[in-house]
Amino acid sequence: MSRFDGARLTCVTFVVVAVCAVAACDPGVSAGNAEGDGQADAVSSGQLPANAPSLFGFGSPASAARVALWDIDVRPDGEGLPSGTGTAAAGKQVYEMYCIACHGPTGNEGPNDRLVGMEPWGDWPGTRGIGNYWPYATTLFDYIRKAMPQNAPGSLTADQTYAVIAYILSLNGLLSADAVLDATTLPAVEMPMRDRFVPDDRVGGPSIR
Amino acid sequence: MSPKEGSGLSRRAWLATTSGVIAAGLLKTQADAVSLVAQEAPVVGQDHTKVPGRFVSELGQRAPGERPRRLPRTQALSSSSRTPLQDLHGIITPADLHFERHHGGVPNIIAEEHELMVHGMVDRPTVFRMADLKRYPQSSRIHFVECSGNGGGVYNRDRMPTDVTPQALDGLLSTSEWSGVMLSTILREVGVRPGASWLLAEGGDSAVMSRSVPLDKAMDDAMLAYGQNGEAIRPEQGYPVRLLLPGWEGNANVKWLRRIEVTDQPTMTREETSRYTDPLKDGTARQFSFVMDAKSIITFPSYPYVLPEPGWWEIKGLAWTGRGRITRVDISTDRGVTWVPAELQVPILSKATVRFRHLWEWDGRETVILSRAVDETGYVQPTIQQLWEARGERTNYHQNHQRAWRIGADGVVTFGLGELL
Ligand code: HEC
Repeated sequence: MSRFDGARLTCVTFVVVAVCAVAACDPGVSAGNAEGDGQADAVSSGQLPANAPSLFGFGSPASAARVALWDIDVRPDGEGLPSGTGTAAAGKQVYEMYCIACHGPTGNEGPNDRLVGMEPWGDWPGTRGIGNYWPYATTLFDYIRKAMPQNAPGSLTADQTYAVIAYILSLNGLLSADAVLDATTLPAVEMPMRDRFVPDDRVGGPSIR
Repeated sequence: MSPKEGSGLSRRAWLATTSGVIAAGLLKTQADAVSLVAQEAPVVGQDHTKVPGRFVSELGQRAPGERPRRLPRTQALSSSSRTPLQDLHGIITPADLHFERHHGGVPNIIAEEHELMVHGMVDRPTVFRMADLKRYPQSSRIHFVECSGNGGGVYNRDRMPTDVTPQALDGLLSTSEWSGVMLSTILREVGVRPGASWLLAEGGDSAVMSRSVPLDKAMDDAMLAYGQNGEAIRPEQGYPVRLLLPGWEGNANVKWLRRIEVTDQPTMTREETSRYTDPLKDGTARQFSFVMDAKSIITFPSYPYVLPEPGWWEIKGLAWTGRGRITRVDISTDRGVTWVPAELQVPILSKATVRFRHLWEWDGRETVILSRAVDETGYVQPTIQQLWEARGERTNYHQNHQRAWRIGADGVVTFGLGELL
């Protein structure tokens, strides 16, 4: 694992980099959207008709309770994580009950995605797994809560979700077997590959990237 | 009586009988006459001028002999099916042949129940129903949607196939006229707060597909699309409403859209970290590689077609770029040694497929034909060697290198990139 040591960008730094990157690719992205692309009229180029009101007022206000019901995403800084807690030991039981059929006894055997990636990246990992590719541990919560287990998505409790993530991360050698995860410790898990992700540098024009 | 009614009468016998009835002048009423009209599938060799045709109908059908089909990969919740590019004309993909890529199956959403919540860094968090969205000023535009995994089957030097059709190779590409409300209109309505720079788009399917999208794109040409080729968007394309990000990789065009959260950072979802990122040769991985670079493919002649004889053949195909308009497509009929510009068929629209064609007199000798698209930024569709040089050999997304077809002296057409390595 020593190859993973060294400079690691913090989440905040990465976000800044990513935002700059998108700004940098703007000229290419918006090329052709201006008038004269053959199909933009005033409305489809974002300008409303001259007599449009400043507010149409269609739709109904989303109450705070309503927002809370659907706002289930989790960000790298931990924003969105629910309260709850889980250990890798408890997670092993969750895994064997709800995940093993599709991801295999040790997370390696499938038939669906391998959940363990230990082999070093080199110039490219043969298998892009959690340990050797995923940049953020929080993404596991966001994804599993929304999409897994695939046959019953969204069915795990918060405790079960923390637990199964702790187990998966321990299978990847990133957490010890007695680790406990919650809203504070999950965002703090250091993912070895975080600093390997770079913004898109393709900009059109003659360069091939 | 019709042959369907169990009389055991063959169709020919029935036709003979009914024409006998007509000839004998036994018809009493006009209703008798129209009940004799042929209602069935075509019979080989029939003289259609001698048999009345079918009635009008509520829903049209393809001619029974025309059977374009999508090509499904696997029967699974997370799977794809591809558009039969080689069977299509013009630039529009019939809606029922639009490619599919789902991560949790196709939800059966009832439009009247569907809601889109827009919240986060906005002044007025709002829930929109479809009737609300449809009340806003409407736009219609023709754009392609392409999965960034398109062409992923032909990037590996050691596994370069020869028996691949345009559909199998590049069928994760479709073009539609999309109708809906510009996202900028909706964002204006909810009032985006200063400091916002991204949004999270989330689907109402069982994968709750989630992608972060820069606010610049959202304010530029992004659309909430509820129409496709003149009718309601198909369930497989995101009914009742999807996000359309013209020119950007298909996955970010979130279908069955139910939530938009305006934020000041990307959410770093699984589909923008674990997947849809591009490992490069220097050990880094490119992230948020949204734009689909210029690409083209010859759809005729292509595998498994066999040119029956030398002579005049029209090379036909599609070109497209996520960066605006295609300005030129070059054709080579001599393995990439010399190139000539193809004819581009209008309309040539921004971020839409364009048809190209080139009249070619094949001399009957073995060769490899290629196409190469150029877009308005001056970008030239690269060779696979150029992509390998820039990215390394193992990244599988965004494979937009030049496609090639080998034509044997026997007229047999096969995928020909392996010939050029
Ligand atoms: C019915 C089969 C099935 C079950 C059960 C299942 N999964 Fe999955 N899982 C999948 C499939 C299929 C994918 C890939 C989905 C895609 O790419 O769209 C996947 C992907 C994943 C991924 C992302 C892998 C990557 O590298 O991107 C994670 C993490 C995951 N599953 C965790 C779980 C957990 C935890 C459970 C148990 C709570 C579970 N899965 C149960 C089928 C299943």
